[in-house]
Amino acid sequence: MVERVRSMLVRFMPGLRSLLSRGPAGWMVFIGVLIVFSVMLMTLLGPWIAPYDPFTPSVGPLLSPPSSEFPFGTTRLGQDMLSRVLTGGSVMLQVAFLSALFCFAVGVPIGLFASYVGGKIDKSFSIVMDSIYAFPGLVLAIAIAAMLGRGVISMALAIAVVYIPSYFRIVRSQVLTIKELPYIAAAKATGARWYTILFVHILPNVIPSIVVVVTVNFADAILTAAGLTFVGLGVEVDVPDWGWDLTRGRQDLPSGAWWVITFPGLMIILLALGFTLIGEGLNELTSPKLRK
Amino acid sequence: MVMLLLTMVFLIIRVMPGDPVLLHFERRGSPEAMEEMRRRLGLDKPLVNQYFEYLFGLLRGDLGKSMQDFSSVNQQIFSAFPATLELAIYSMAVATILGVILGVRSSTSYNKPVDHVIRAFGIITYAVPVFFLGMILQLTLGIWLRQIGSPIWFPTGQRVSPRTDPPKGLIINFGQPSNSLTIFWWSLPIGLILLVLCLVILKKKRVKLFPKGFLISCSVLFTSWLTCALILWHSRNVGELHISTGLYTVDSLLEGNLEKFIEVARYLFLPSMSLGLVLCGIFIRMTRNNMLETLRFDFVAAAKARGLKERTIVYGYALRNAFLPVLTMMGLQFALLLAGAVLTETTFSWPGLGRYIVERISFRDYTAIQGAIVVFGLFVAVVSLAIDILYAYLDPRIRL
Repeated sequence: MVERVRSMLVRFMPGLRSLLSRGPAGWMVFIGVLIVFSVMLMTLLGPWIAPYDPFTPSVGPLLSPPSSEFPFGTTRLGQDMLSRVLTGGSVMLQVAFLSALFCFAVGVPIGLFASYVGGKIDKSFSIVMDSIYAFPGLVLAIAIAAMLGRGVISMALAIAVVYIPSYFRIVRSQVLTIKELPYIAAAKATGARWYTILFVHILPNVIPSIVVVVTVNFADAILTAAGLTFVGLGVEVDVPDWGWDLTRGRQDLPSGAWWVITFPGLMIILLALGFTLIGEGLNELTSPKLRK
Repeated sequence: MVMLLLTMVFLIIRVMPGDPVLLHFERRGSPEAMEEMRRRLGLDKPLVNQYFEYLFGLLRGDLGKSMQDFSSVNQQIFSAFPATLELAIYSMAVATILGVILGVRSSTSYNKPVDHVIRAFGIITYAVPVFFLGMILQLTLGIWLRQIGSPIWFPTGQRVSPRTDPPKGLIINFGQPSNSLTIFWWSLPIGLILLVLCLVILKKKRVKLFPKGFLISCSVLFTSWLTCALILWHSRNVGELHISTGLYTVDSLLEGNLEKFIEVARYLFLPSMSLGLVLCGIFIRMTRNNMLETLRFDFVAAAKARGLKERTIVYGYALRNAFLPVLTMMGLQFALLLAGAVLTETTFSWPGLGRYIVERISFRDYTAIQGAIVVFGLFVAVVSLAIDILYAYLDPRIRL
């Protein structure tokens, strides 16, 4: 069965052959990418394919279970759940992308610089990063998000602060081995400046391991964003967002309204799962430890 | 580490928009009253002064006064902490036990369907938000089971039902406490000499295993005796001894009240289950990878050749070696567990530290937030220290 699926896929996309021929890790990456892209596509097209406007209250009965007219049921304000699920991913995706961007823009240069220079600078940066790393991330994110107020950018910043250390650590561990390699010494001998060495000679070799961290952190960022929304630090009230729908659905739980939380929750799981699969798969592909 | 975080949090929180004084009066107070309140809270002084004052308070073990109601933060945190601790202990237990069992199962049937199912389960748990799982469990095991009239259902919030009192723990009454006390203090010098002797002998290497164990238990006995004496001394004025941990499960057992224990355990079940399930994925993966490596060692083959049972080989031989890295992982996962605890507490209205911090942020209660963060940091630090010590104890390679 697997063989047939593979041959069918490979016929359509020739580049897949090398990916899928690497065993389960390749499949993990493939399925992850598939999930992530379909969720993104759904979110992008959401406003056009949604049957109702996700904001408008009372398009149907209040808090009604799934029916043929409203396949995912309605919220307590009578909004169509299906439309809200279709359009609700945008906030999370934005937050995840922005936070990854912030992390990359801050964590990677600091990591490169500190570990290349070494000495006291390296040590002090490491201590700061380690203490952030060891602390419960969400608590820190909550404090920062509360300071910055509501909005996508402040959520992304709060999440970025929590995950910068993991970028820093991975870059640092790579640079420490790379900078001892002969080609760096050669570059120094030809009179290259330190920033040339860092960004031209070292950075490209660090990128593969950063990509793994980025995808794993995407999943974490999505979950953290949902958590921030859950404790009341999300975006503005009533923007269609899976995290927000989950939060509000909690009030309707005692009446047994399962549809209000199930669908947005499953979407969050799906998206986080997609990124986790990509990250895990790439991790296994780049560092094949358990190959028998 | 805690110090550094504290400084950062102090700065971050102080530049937060929003003034605790304004919020306290709900924007209706007169300017004089507000000024008076600022003075009482010490907010009129420069930031550096505030910082050092706070630090010196911290050295004395004083976390300051809450900016919302002037009550002592120490006390509030002290009453909220056991709830978080209880949740953390039980969910860690769920995560470890489940993770290790599934991980072992997955490694013994490597590359078979069972293995794939367990791995997929591990990856999926990694992607599930704690509060979503919590709400689903609330809905299915709490609300629906109750609706269909099942005898077993689980409450969805709080630590005990509002109708029953929280368990009080063990209370011993003393008629004349002074008598027992004098006996205790008399034995102090003897015990101390014994302890020093034990330590000196322990320091010397080449002590056989049995006397070593004996010496260790001697010192443990002495320490516990000392705590007993201290508690007695403390209770001298009260006339009765009150032993209470704040962990409801332990307290209810101390009280000897089995009914209450069952109730408390029922309230604890859903939160610890949802947090434990979410965390077990990483344990599954760690156990599986380590077991796969361990099962390839020669001693496993030797054990097999001797005809030992599969179960004995896997659990008695291989797992003991594969468990050490999992233990290290427990220390690292603890921070993640606390982060999850914040969400779990919010989901289940669990009156712990996480909910405390979430509540206080909306009041801009600087001291309370700082205090909670300090306690969180200390908690993580203490646990990782304990894990390191345990690791050294279990791994003969790093013993003295």
